[in-house]
Amino acid sequence: MLDDFFTRAVIGGIGVALVAGPVGCFIIWRRLAYFGDTLSHSALLGVAMALLMELNITLTVFLVSVIVSLLLVLLQRRASLSSDALLGLLAHATLAVGLVVLAFMTWVRVDLMGFLFGDILAVTTVDLTVIWGGGCVVLAILAYIWRSLFAATVNYDLASAEGARPDITNIVFMILVAAVIAVSMKLVGVLLITALLIIPAATARRFSSSPEQMAIIAAIIGALSVWIGLRGSLEWDTPAGPSIVVAALVCFVLSILPLPKVWAKRKSPRSVVTDTSSEAKES
Amino acid sequence: MLVSLNNAGVIRSDRWLVHGISMSLKAGEIVTLIGPNGSGKSTTAKMALGILQPDEGTVRQKSGLRTSYVPQTLDVNWTLPLTVNRFLRLTNRATSRQMDEALALTGTGHLARAQMSKLSGGEFQRVLLARAILRAPEFLVLDEPVQGVDFNGEIALYKLIEDVRDRLRCGVLLISHDLHVVMSKTDRVICLNGHVCCSGTPATVASSDEFKSLFGERAAPELALYEHRHDHEHLPDGAVRQLGEEAVAVNGAETETATKNRAGIDA
Repeated sequence: MLDDFFTRAVIGGIGVALVAGPVGCFIIWRRLAYFGDTLSHSALLGVAMALLMELNITLTVFLVSVIVSLLLVLLQRRASLSSDALLGLLAHATLAVGLVVLAFMTWVRVDLMGFLFGDILAVTTVDLTVIWGGGCVVLAILAYIWRSLFAATVNYDLASAEGARPDITNIVFMILVAAVIAVSMKLVGVLLITALLIIPAATARRFSSSPEQMAIIAAIIGALSVWIGLRGSLEWDTPAGPSIVVAALVCFVLSILPLPKVWAKRKSPRSVVTDTSSEAKES
Repeated sequence: MLVSLNNAGVIRSDRWLVHGISMSLKAGEIVTLIGPNGSGKSTTAKMALGILQPDEGTVRQKSGLRTSYVPQTLDVNWTLPLTVNRFLRLTNRATSRQMDEALALTGTGHLARAQMSKLSGGEFQRVLLARAILRAPEFLVLDEPVQGVDFNGEIALYKLIEDVRDRLRCGVLLISHDLHVVMSKTDRVICLNGHVCCSGTPATVASSDEFKSLFGERAAPELALYEHRHDHEHLPDGAVRQLGEEAVAVNGAETETATKNRAGIDA
């Protein structure tokens, strides 16, 4: 079954989506969209470093992302620049340095498009092991810190005062984001990772009434987008990564549209009854 | 002793937010912090809670102290799906019966399934208080708990805080925006303006006719007046002038002009 490149792509993509959903929810709740973007841009520097020093790419991307996120925490505490300016600075600086380093290495031929936009159809069984293994570890850690992280997301001071140790969980969460980026880079590419983190989570919001529900729905919508996107890419011969993001976007647009008329009609009898009764009371 | 601050202070960007604060809180005691905006009330509370580490002096908490905190601002934006019931379990586990009880105490039982982002200001404050009570704290810190609550609601909340104190025998640190009217059951009032300006017990004038005509019959047992006794005043540049003395420079600032146009913040 795993011999088929398409099956591998679907399994890998769904693995990434299942992890990106819950992590993406926290990125939305904590207004960290730009932070995710910065980390994923820095992934290209990780790729360049890995090729330069002949290290494992996924591991190096992970380490560089962790270093960049810790650097960001340090700079936010000390520097006088606002944090969005710092994020922009780090995002594009690391991306540019990565590209320049790659250009210097004339002896390696790099498929730059593959790193920027992903190459989901070239996923190997080893990649699948990394994605599902890494994904399970990320989800297990996220479940472990969930209560504390969520409390810190609602209010940092409150979590701190009531013993939830938000300082530690915040750093653990940053490392988790770095791990998700490292694991999913090969599939959707540096420039589209943030989309996979944010769009399914944003789509899930409308259908959720609790944070846990939103995380699960986001994971499902992400997986659905992967499947639809990959089918579409096969059908119309479009690039796989962007097709997945387009599918996620379509889901999002559908989610913000008002309910279709068929549903509205089904619901209407009840509301009509209550309307008339309240009118009767008024008169 | 639940919490004690000894000459504690916090400095940010070369400016003392609060300086030399000494205070302590025992079980069953209610202490009210008052002072103008930016006087360091919240900063002091955060030191007592262990959120901020003091840059001078020491802060001691009883080990294993169970704390509840109602922060001054808590923003639940629309992206966060959070029902009142889920919010009550934010930092602790609770049975549905405990949650119902806590909500009933604050008169918000009907909101159990409501989304936090849809609550009005007054409802939000009550739910915050319900969550704090639910934890059965030994140390309860309330940062302006009556903001956005109407006058009758304010009286009811003060009554509730008093009941909670009586039932749990917890220490209560209450921050109030009102400089003169405080909760009558307050054991001690501390007036802050960067440092402790004065402290004392609220005056028991609640029975006077004048007070009743001002706040109404129902308010009388819950509110009390606090009379400030300051031996110094604060000048616009941050200098402190002892009454009957020349101005003392703070942070090396020239005070000559300031003395001329003194506009005391003091009550």
